[in-house]
Amino acid sequence: MLIDQFPAIVVGVPLVAAALCAIVRNETACWLIALAVAFLSFVGSATMLGQIQEYGVALSYEMGGWAPPAGIELRVDLLSGYLLVLVSLIATAVLIYGRQSVRVEIKESIRGWYYTMYLLCMCGLLGIVITGDAFNAFVFMEISSLSMYTLIALGKDRRALAAAYQYLIMGTIGATMYVIGVGLLFTITGTLNLVDMADRLAPLLDTPAAIAGMAFVVVGLSLKIALFPLHLWLPNAYAFAPSAVTAFLAATATKVSIYLLMRFIYSVFGFGFAIEQTPIPEVVMVLSIAAIFAGSFSAIFQENIKRMLAYSSVAQIGYITLGIALANATGLTGSLVHIFNHAVMKGALFMLVGGIALQIGTVRLSDMAGVGKAMPLTMFGFVLGGFSMLGVPGTVGFVSKWYLAIGALENGWWWVVALLMLSSLLVLAYMGRVIEVAFFRERPEGAPPISEAPKSMLMTAWVFILACIYLGFDTSFTVGVAQQAVDVLMGGAQ
Amino acid sequence: MEGLNELAFVLGGVNHWITVFLIMAGLYIIVSRSNMIKKLVGLSIFQTSVYLLYVSPGKIIGGTAPIISDDFAVYSNPLPHVLILTAIVVGVATLALGLALVVRINEAYGSIEEDEVYSDGDWN
Amino acid sequence: MSDLSLFIVAAILIPAVGAAFIASSGSKPNVRESYTLVTAALLFVVVFLLVPSVMQGARPATEGFDILPGLTVQFVIEPLGMIFAMIASTLWIVNSIYSVGYMRGNNEKNQTIFYTCFAIAIASTMGIAFAGNLFTLFLFYEVLTLSTYPLVTHKGNDDAKAGGRMYLGILLTTSVVFLLPAVIGTYFVAGTGDFTVGGIIPQDESPFVIAALSILFIYGIGKAAVMPVHRWLPAAMVAPTPVSALLHAVAVVKAGVFSVVKIIVYVFGLDLFSGSGSTEWVVYAAGFTVLVASIIALGQDNLKRRLAYSTVSQLSYVVLAAAMATPLAIIGAAMHITAHAFGKITLFFAAGSIYTAAHKTEISQLNGIGKRMPFTMAAFTIGALSMIGVPPTAGFLGKWYILSAAMEIQDWFVLFVIFVSTLLNTGYFIPIIYRAFFKAEDVPPSHEHGEAPWPVVLALSLTALGTLSLFVFPEVPLTLAKALVGLTL
Repeated sequence: MLIDQFPAIVVGVPLVAAALCAIVRNETACWLIALAVAFLSFVGSATMLGQIQEYGVALSYEMGGWAPPAGIELRVDLLSGYLLVLVSLIATAVLIYGRQSVRVEIKESIRGWYYTMYLLCMCGLLGIVITGDAFNAFVFMEISSLSMYTLIALGKDRRALAAAYQYLIMGTIGATMYVIGVGLLFTITGTLNLVDMADRLAPLLDTPAAIAGMAFVVVGLSLKIALFPLHLWLPNAYAFAPSAVTAFLAATATKVSIYLLMRFIYSVFGFGFAIEQTPIPEVVMVLSIAAIFAGSFSAIFQENIKRMLAYSSVAQIGYITLGIALANATGLTGSLVHIFNHAVMKGALFMLVGGIALQIGTVRLSDMAGVGKAMPLTMFGFVLGGFSMLGVPGTVGFVSKWYLAIGALENGWWWVVALLMLSSLLVLAYMGRVIEVAFFRERPEGAPPISEAPKSMLMTAWVFILACIYLGFDTSFTVGVAQQAVDVLMGGAQ
Repeated sequence: MEGLNELAFVLGGVNHWITVFLIMAGLYIIVSRSNMIKKLVGLSIFQTSVYLLYVSPGKIIGGTAPIISDDFAVYSNPLPHVLILTAIVVGVATLALGLALVVRINEAYGSIEEDEVYSDGDWN
Repeated sequence: MSDLSLFIVAAILIPAVGAAFIASSGSKPNVRESYTLVTAALLFVVVFLLVPSVMQGARPATEGFDILPGLTVQFVIEPLGMIFAMIASTLWIVNSIYSVGYMRGNNEKNQTIFYTCFAIAIASTMGIAFAGNLFTLFLFYEVLTLSTYPLVTHKGNDDAKAGGRMYLGILLTTSVVFLLPAVIGTYFVAGTGDFTVGGIIPQDESPFVIAALSILFIYGIGKAAVMPVHRWLPAAMVAPTPVSALLHAVAVVKAGVFSVVKIIVYVFGLDLFSGSGSTEWVVYAAGFTVLVASIIALGQDNLKRRLAYSTVSQLSYVVLAAAMATPLAIIGAAMHITAHAFGKITLFFAAGSIYTAAHKTEISQLNGIGKRMPFTMAAFTIGALSMIGVPPTAGFLGKWYILSAAMEIQDWFVLFVIFVSTLLNTGYFIPIIYRAFFKAEDVPPSHEHGEAPWPVVLALSLTALGTLSLFVFPEVPLTLAKALVGLTL
């Protein structure tokens, strides 16, 4: 059947297409290729997810015909299917969105390369999610990271170069830590297949090698996730990358690493060990709360809007990892739902800010005076996105927060609920600042007149803003899939 | 006898000691140096530790290459070697990209000292 | 039943759709104002078509719409919501007439945004009134806060920005930090948030949890303005007068006390609330607010600010009554919501009328103004008497029931509060009336003026008449109020 080939198609085609783009290098052609491929991946992912939901069986593909555990297995279950849909969806949308801004921000001669890197990055991210092999995940991680460093370095500002370098150092340390951890686990289990590793690891969990391996994997992935205090690479990378790249990264890159962390904690090490017998939940909880507050506080003091949103991402990542630390079905559902919800709302906000950057040429808060009047649709979308970040009921932010709060109450941690609510106020503070400047200050005399961003940018952003509201009311997709995926995670553990 | 055990522990794990040394040395260089090229050198050393970590346990003294034949009963595990070939490629690519970035940074800032590059302008 | 549920949906959709039409009218004032008036009239008709069946004991409900498993958006009409919807829809018409006169008379800018946000605010008010569970209530409560922010900051100057900051800051902070945890906690403790006669919180819940929930609810509903979360209300007075009148005397603040009453009746249940020692503190908090706000009102010279503090104190009457949690007291609370709405909107209309015609905002400037603006000041007098609770005004009825309730359970603290606050009310309203009618103009006005534009005068006369006629014909709200606590006439 054709669907059996889908896992290979979804991740293989972008790789081939990237090579094709490198040869073609004509901007429009590359864009079309990338768009077609991203859309194909999206359709493939969505079909697979639908299939899995319907029949309840995970899809498995043996790479090169070598049966696992020796061969590399591509494995799509509910959880990875959910992430595949997210990544490919965002990739497609950002391509539509980014066409205009890429033309302004990137030199013509290298636009073909831009799409090459974009496809490679997408291939890597999809690969991390789809693979069932720990080492293969490392390879895909490096494919996505290397292309990502390149994409960030394409930013107009020279600080983009320094940011990319910083990210390269931190990212490589993270990936290497991960691979050291995998190596230790491989030494004692003799397998790299995640499912197989979980089985063989079960009797060996108490050994020092297993514990050291786990520590390396968790710390390495935390670096990739930008979990506080390992987040220092993130704000600069997001702030100085080209707008389209920022939108893509913010919505997908960290999410994929969170997926891998969940896999390791819940599926490989297992709930009974990782959660109940190690200090992982306590440590992750403290760090998550620190991330939420430190990230939000830092966001309040940023002058650069993209940097502000980046710090806000640090905080939002804290919400997601908090769900992992809660370690019950409700909290974990909240975490998975927030992966999707945050991608949608932060993607939308970065897209809108990209539009502003295109029109006024900067992303400094002080230059945004009067933007509310000149770009009403953009700023109105920004306000709605802000509501979502705040967790106003009827938006996606509320849904995530609801699950996290109930999850915390189930553990009897009412003070976590209190902190969760307090943290919303910080969101109000930093989003409110932007809105006040945009609406209550007049554009300075003599400033060149500005208008709304190009339609393709504005409309893509608005589709996401509307999705923030739609998915706040109709949660059957996000919550529905997340709950089933949680069963997979928790079920695999017991 | 006690001493002998300890000696066996130290010598038996000599490959691991070297791995640990490389990890620490690599990380130390990354943290302590401000020169961007030197940092990349540290990063490479750090990555090299991984190669040793994977390959050394796969080696069996007296083992041969894995050849399917009754003549070769003892052979080394080939999988780690394959993995590390990939890892080396990744390492080289990372180093190349890192160096390329440093070249560009040098063009843009006229310096590759981290404190000079990062202190430039306001990062906010 | 199904056609009734259609009416409910219509009551919420009409203002929402109206808002879209108003927004699309661009800068054509006549079109925009016709849309507003037509929408208001339609809403009024729809709401009043629902009244008879609700009075006969029907409880129309819409189908629930599940957002999450167990978390539903659903509308159910019960008597208190019916009263609230009636007040809001009736006064919206009058207020729209008034707005036309006021906004044109003062040449306000951006009127399209003004009318659009106003209609959205009314739609969310309807949503609050008909909310069938806690989540729905919370949803529309937040929408109301957000949709009124542009109205408060309508002037767009620094004062408006500062006022808006205070407004949004306090209302959003309290709702997110206290109310949301209270809602989540209730769902967690009770397993549901559906408003149910007799309450949903288990009777054997620990006193600690009940006390915590009551604190979170009372201070979480910042719109009820129990001290110290009252500061947003005076801050919101930077808004144009029609906003202060309808929203900050009727829709927004009433949404606050309405939610308090509704939560005490349908979430805690009267038995639990009056029987549990852990909720006794609410009476004292509300009593304190009544007295202190009245004393502050005495010291205000700005007319709108004095009215604002008077509102703070009157709102706590309702909270005070609800916190006694006896049937009589709840009837008193419901009647006081009604009476205060009509009385206070009249007072604000009068204040706006004075501002439009005479450009005066301070009480000390009002000497002899009664001769120039007899209708305005007569209406003001009726409103003031209603605030004090003098018959034949509607204010008397609410106070009567609250007093009877306090007598019944011999709560001397409540009796003391009502007695003292009535004196204070007299103290801060009578001097204004005295100045207006019995003092001669000391400074000649900067320009000759008579009454404000006719829509303004018409509107305030209507609400003054309403205040009087509610005293004579209180059947409809009274029947509903009694049905609320399970009594029939």
